[in-house]
Amino acid sequence: MSSTLRLLPHPWLTVVLTLLWLLLSNSLAPGHILLGLALGWVIPLFTLWFWPDTVHFHQPLTLLRFIGRVLWDILVANLNVAQLILGKPERLSPAFFAIPLELKSELAISLLANTISLTPGTLSVELSPDHRTLFVHGLDVPDPAATRAEIKTRYEAPLKEVFEP
Amino acid sequence: MMALAVTIAFVLVAAAAALSFWRLLIGPSAPDRILALDTLYINTIALLILLGLRLDSALYFEAALLIAVIGFVGTLALCKYLLRGDIIE
Amino acid sequence: MLEALLSLLILAGAIFTFIGSLGLARLPDFFTRLHAPTKATTLGVGSLLVASAIHFSTQGEGMSLHEVLVTLFLFITAPVSGHLLGKTGLHLRLPRLGRQDDEGPHPG
Repeated sequence: MSSTLRLLPHPWLTVVLTLLWLLLSNSLAPGHILLGLALGWVIPLFTLWFWPDTVHFHQPLTLLRFIGRVLWDILVANLNVAQLILGKPERLSPAFFAIPLELKSELAISLLANTISLTPGTLSVELSPDHRTLFVHGLDVPDPAATRAEIKTRYEAPLKEVFEP
Repeated sequence: MMALAVTIAFVLVAAAAALSFWRLLIGPSAPDRILALDTLYINTIALLILLGLRLDSALYFEAALLIAVIGFVGTLALCKYLLRGDIIE
Repeated sequence: MLEALLSLLILAGAIFTFIGSLGLARLPDFFTRLHAPTKATTLGVGSLLVASAIHFSTQGEGMSLHEVLVTLFLFITAPVSGHLLGKTGLHLRLPRLGRQDDEGPHPG
């Protein structure tokens, strides 16, 4: 392992921690920037055992597009779910369905699960012990196969591109 | 105009908290009650932010952040307890 | 203009929060109830926080972005608590509305 990696094992974590500190203290004073950088440097060193592997982003543009798409979907999802709640509950057709996963890394799987939970009427409830299948509950899914295909192309494919090319 | 909006929002969020409390009372199962508690603390965060807007004070932000953190950990602990019968393994 | 935008955000936030709790109160079974708060409430509180951030940023004392922190925290934690609650519901074998083609997990 090279020396930069030993001194700065998780560069992205350092950036995120510094930004979080600046948000928390709500100022951009030079002192706070220094303190934030110091915290961002020390915390990853002390929590090394907690982060099994370094994160690599392979296609930053795809990631940005993915984030934009998810934010938009969250908005649409909320209007959808609001409409379903205000409508007749008897007309809902809730169902469980399984999504076979192609993703391998734990970070990508948990990001996928969180994305599913945040978007249109779907909620990830269980990951099979071998990490191959994700069980999802849908609030109103007349056609589970279509929803499954949509999730796979809309969310899983970009995540795979970014984290496991 | 904003004062009116904040007042209406107060009424709506208070009604939301009442509905969550209703679910907390009638259950029927334990996870239902945890879910109601979870919603109740998010409603409380909304009330605190509205209070901050009404009183024009940024102090309530810290309280909102604390409630968010403690509420989340509380929900996780309760779920873990139901799942495993134990919180710290 | 700014005030109109703020009022709109505040009202939208309050309405979403209310709908989330309404769903919690009136949906038929645990797993459908699980959807209401994890979604509607997050966006509701999210837009209230955005309104608050804009309001305090335009007060003349510089930017106020720390509300973003609460929003971020809620957006990260809501799916996690939703997932764990769903897992708990499955574990306790709560009654669920479903159809014949239901391929739900069968936890041991």
